Amino acid sequence: MTRLNDVKNYKKNIKSYHPKTNYFLNGLKAFVIGGLICDLGEAVQKFYITFFDFNEKTAGDPTVATMILIASLLTGFGVYDKIGQFAGAGSLIPVTGFANSITSAALEHKSEGIVLGIATNLFKLAGSVIVFGVVSAAIFGLIRLTVNNLLG
Amino acid sequence: MRLGKQTWRFEHDLYIQSTGTCAGPLEGKGPLGDFFDKKYNELHCGEKNWEAAERKLMREAVDICLKNVNKKPEDIDFFMAGDLLNQTVTSNFIARETKIPYLGMFGACSTSMQTLALAAQFVDTGYADSVLVAVSSHNATAERQFRYPTEYGGSKPKTSTFTATGAASALVSQTPSSVKIKEATIGRVIDWGIADANDMGSAMAPAAADTIERHLKDTGRKPTDYDMIVTGDLSSVGSPIVRQLLWERGIDISEMHHDCGLMLYSPEQNVMAGGSGTACSAMVTYGYIVNLLKQKKIQRVFICATGALFNPTVNQQKETIPCVAHGVVLESAGGE
Amino acid sequence: MDFLWAFLVGGLICLIGQILLDVFKLTPAHIVCSFVVIGALLDAFGIYDNLIEFAGAGATVPITSFGHSLLHGAMEEAKQHGYIGLAMGIFKLTSSGITSAILFGFLVALIFKPKG
Repeated sequence: MTRLNDVKNYKKNIKSYHPKTNYFLNGLKAFVIGGLICDLGEAVQKFYITFFDFNEKTAGDPTVATMILIASLLTGFGVYDKIGQFAGAGSLIPVTGFANSITSAALEHKSEGIVLGIATNLFKLAGSVIVFGVVSAAIFGLIRLTVNNLLG
Repeated sequence: MRLGKQTWRFEHDLYIQSTGTCAGPLEGKGPLGDFFDKKYNELHCGEKNWEAAERKLMREAVDICLKNVNKKPEDIDFFMAGDLLNQTVTSNFIARETKIPYLGMFGACSTSMQTLALAAQFVDTGYADSVLVAVSSHNATAERQFRYPTEYGGSKPKTSTFTATGAASALVSQTPSSVKIKEATIGRVIDWGIADANDMGSAMAPAAADTIERHLKDTGRKPTDYDMIVTGDLSSVGSPIVRQLLWERGIDISEMHHDCGLMLYSPEQNVMAGGSGTACSAMVTYGYIVNLLKQKKIQRVFICATGALFNPTVNQQKETIPCVAHGVVLESAGGE
Repeated sequence: MDFLWAFLVGGLICLIGQILLDVFKLTPAHIVCSFVVIGALLDAFGIYDNLIEFAGAGATVPITSFGHSLLHGAMEEAKQHGYIGLAMGIFKLTSSGITSAILFGFLVALIFKPKG
């Protein structure tokens, strides 16, 4: 009967004491909120195509910029972290989550000054995304270019 | 006098002469809100940054504690304080203001009982007539030091705890009051291999179980000799674990076990598994439990504050979390 | 119809992220980094453009499109300048995103106060 006092298997045995993760509900929330954020993006894109001189190809830039602006403002108003707690990956994966990670880090370190606080910490969380993006893109680009050259 | 290996029984009559508690917005609206001396409606507490807000909370708690018994900082022999911030910076700054000879302490969330036990020891041995203790924690300062920026949208798992915002202070002396400090049990550092900083309840439960078991062994008492056995901040995850751990060792505390992390907030308040933080156990003890003892609603209580002794750097280096628990026995001396 | 596909594809990408979060217990940072790498990988095989064609903002709004744009810009420039072009073009298409994120992040931090 000394199951839980077994130090070696403690980590495994306490699992039954942990609150159950509702995979379905969490997944549904992420799916719906993530989908809605993408639909907002679609609406913004349609807006730029209809009212400004953008086409399907070029409208992506102002759309992403607008989404980032919205996310930054929601972060400033203290709303995005609430959405994040509710939606999980639904608000983490869209580009708005990227903007939130930048703005929240900058905002958090405001008290340490503009240079050492805001500017230094701006990429505290988002830096890893840019590093992995650039390194992977460079590697894949190198491989593809080499393959193209060998074939071509 | 030492009982067994880890417990002190104080030879003189020691009292908690006065207390001061200061609560943040969520804590003030919680079920124990009425027991706190001062409450703030917003997290900044009127200060320009989070760290200043935490200092204000501790400053207010200390001021209220001293004012209650018409004492000035000069009247106090020693000041023992701690918090969660690097270098216990909140406590250091309050000590700078009060100018009371100061010992800064860190035991994570167990600091509340660590300071109280040592303060009692100082007064008992005659090295001090009066010792002031204080601890504080702040949700936003802890979030940013241990986790992510407060506005970051990453969701937290259900096992994670919510750092309490607040501060609590107590004055220990031989001047009679209605709350006696009888014993203290100093805990060993226990690590059963939990590395998840979002699951501190599971990590700290074995430490709490060890200290409670040791305490009962050293004093020769049974759990039923206590009206309450209170753990610090094991939350809804760690509380059933500590009860099970002790039950398997032949100690049944299910009747009188309570957890500060669960007492401080109501279930409707969105705090995941429950409250944590240095202030959590201190606010519940100095605000609520001391009040119960004063009114003689309970006679004897063992408060076992638990602390997770880690920092984010070693945690990211995949080290597991060492934990400690210190306990203090308080008794009602009647009076009011 | 555009909205339906954007919703479904965008939602599905987020759902995969949630599964990584809940089932595999990855941190948010690990998930976002993985998605960027996956986006670049899909573009390396020329798949991501089809997805954008099909789902519109459902494919351009998730962070996977960041990886895709990085590689896409690099490859465009590489057509003219070879290997050096990779480095020249990597931020070509993502420039507006990164610039606006830095700019708005900085401005919001200047104006607002963290709410906690």
